[in-house]
Amino acid sequence: MAPIDYPQLRRLLDHGVQLVEVLPAGEYAEMHLPDAINIPLKTLDAATTAALDRHRPVVVYCWDGL
Amino acid sequence: MSPRAACRLTTLGFTHVHDYVGGKVDWLARNLPVHGTNADTPTIGQYLSDEVITAHPDEPVTDVRARVAASRHGFALVTDTNGILLGRLRGTTLSDADPARPVGEVMEGGPSTLRPHEPAAAIKARLTDKGLSYAVVTDPDGRLMGTVEPADL
Repeated sequence: MAPIDYPQLRRLLDHGVQLVEVLPAGEYAEMHLPDAINIPLKTLDAATTAALDRHRPVVVYCWDGL
Repeated sequence: MSPRAACRLTTLGFTHVHDYVGGKVDWLARNLPVHGTNADTPTIGQYLSDEVITAHPDEPVTDVRARVAASRHGFALVTDTNGILLGRLRGTTLSDADPARPVGEVMEGGPSTLRPHEPAAAIKARLTDKGLSYAVVTDPDGRLMGTVEPADL
């Protein structure tokens, strides 16, 4: 797992990274990064991540990384 | 929360997992677009003006004074070569300081700043209550983005 900052995120987004917001659904519905999907941390398992490609880069984010 | 999510994905077999540590607040503070039901809430980032006079710290006061006098602003902001905000030059400083001195020696360091995702209505109320005519807006790296005035919000 690699922590990244905004410039690194920008480069990954330019290459079509899979972007996942792990906040609860209500917070995602109010506001999220373009093209992000929502898989809340509490629901993160093999079934909820089945649509993601395990061998392509994935970026996760929450509100402030804490 | 996101570090735990990243670890969880690794345990599930994902091979290239990254944690955007700045998160949504970092994205918002860079005045970048978002989607969602609250995406259209007006923020001060939508009202940014880049007309403010800027100066480099090694410029003499006299040069900056002339630029400010020719503008509608009564102050200038001092930035480095990367646009990082270093300080502010109020009108009184510009008029009273030795014209030959570099502005970096007479500026007020570390002026208060706002991030662009602050709600416009709340900032307008705050500036009005405090009798302030403008606020300085920077991104999370301290880079000057512009200024906002309550009349514009």
